[in-house]
Amino acid sequence: MHVLTRPLAAIGARVLALFAMIGRVTLFFLDTLTHVVRAPFYGFEFGIQLIQIGWLSLPVVGLTAVFTGGALALQIYAGGARFDAEAVVPQIVAIGMVRELGPVLVGLMIAARVTSSIAAEIATMKVTEQIDALVTLSTHPMKYLTVPRVLAALVSVPVLVGVGDLIGVFGGYQVATGTLGFNPATYLKNTVDFLEPLDVVSSLVKGAVFGVIASVMGCYAGMNSGRGAQGVGRATKSAVEAAAVLILAANFLLTGVFFSL
Amino acid sequence: MIRFDDVHKAFGPNRVLRGMTLEVPRGNSMVIIGGSGTGKSVALKCVLGLVTPDSGTITVEGADGDRDAFLARFGMLFQGGALFDSLPVWQNVAFRLLRGSLKRPKAEAREIAVEKLRRVGLSPDVADRLPAELSGGMQKRVGLARAIAADPEIIFFDEPTTGLDPIMAGVINELIREIVTEMGATAMTITHDMTSVRAVADRVAMLHDGRIRWTGPTGEMDASGDPYLDQFIHGRAEGPIAAVR
Repeated sequence: MHVLTRPLAAIGARVLALFAMIGRVTLFFLDTLTHVVRAPFYGFEFGIQLIQIGWLSLPVVGLTAVFTGGALALQIYAGGARFDAEAVVPQIVAIGMVRELGPVLVGLMIAARVTSSIAAEIATMKVTEQIDALVTLSTHPMKYLTVPRVLAALVSVPVLVGVGDLIGVFGGYQVATGTLGFNPATYLKNTVDFLEPLDVVSSLVKGAVFGVIASVMGCYAGMNSGRGAQGVGRATKSAVEAAAVLILAANFLLTGVFFSL
Repeated sequence: MIRFDDVHKAFGPNRVLRGMTLEVPRGNSMVIIGGSGTGKSVALKCVLGLVTPDSGTITVEGADGDRDAFLARFGMLFQGGALFDSLPVWQNVAFRLLRGSLKRPKAEAREIAVEKLRRVGLSPDVADRLPAELSGGMQKRVGLARAIAADPEIIFFDEPTTGLDPIMAGVINELIREIVTEMGATAMTITHDMTSVRAVADRVAMLHDGRIRWTGPTGEMDASGDPYLDQFIHGRAEGPIAAVR
């Protein structure tokens, strides 16, 4: 009997552990929200995080977007040629970048760059007792470390997504007009005419949600890190994995919501 | 001033504190000694609320329930320094003076930080360096300057001389003694460095198996007649304390 029930028990234990983790992350997020609305607010730390998360992520976001936009234009042109629909390149590049690829790729880049950096930094602070030191210096770690990072990500990631969308469309434009023979003015007119305000709004909303997911997962993993170098490594790895999966899941849910509007 | 009453704390199956009872009188320098893993750091962290005891009570004279006001009365020197590596030395020292209820103008906070650095024997040019640019002994002194920056009533020292050469350990011990005497602060130090014990303690308590095994004035330590304390202070491998734990 044990032979039959043991695998089931193991699966059950894993599922319970997963739900427990989801519960802990949810409580951590709610705790963060309660600290957002209560003084003190560390404006200087918020400013530093805006630079770290927003400004310094611009190069990687820009490069990712420009190459993706260019590749997308080539793919749509090649695919469209199979049923004489090459002319839809501007429209599909615009909608593909703005509604889907822009926010998802920026979200994943933020998970790789920002979540890992937040998790490693806070985990190292925990391992070296810097977080205990904050408490003894009458400074709440949630207010000093988590709130500035989450707010900075909430503000800056939508901006990064907007910039990524623009650069992605520009990448498609460059390839289409440079190598595929599209007329520049017509390409731009088709792009602008085809996009609707809701497309842009959905892109920015996704950016805000992905920014919160990426920063909360980094902070949560860092604050709950194990001991030593191995603990820091595990915290960083689990934060990036969880953030990437949650971003993709949230993207699916949000896309469903915006489709129904 | 600080009273532990039958304090218990376990981490899973590991019962670290098993009924610790101890009183630290106001203005006294109490040193808690004991082997590694006997719960000395946990005891300090319980007072500060960094670790919550499973049972028992810890009373700090004058505590009225306001956590910020409570913590503002404490200074702590961490074993590894626990300096914030993204901040220059002076901002580490003046951390408490740059934010919260003790906030001062930036120039004044810097001035106090430089003065505290001088107090622990560091020159003002150290103020703008990052902690990673300092030696272990200098980091310890910066940690000490941070612990005393806001003139606390109670100071905790967690293994203040661990990892230092004997001369630097002597310097830190002298500084601790001078600062505690000069500020009239209540001090709790945890260490297994017997030279440090003799240099900084008014009273000594020995923690063994999660309980206070012996407590008394430093002068009575050598003639205590307690075989556990005797083995510990003389560093003998043979005796009632198992060498392999």
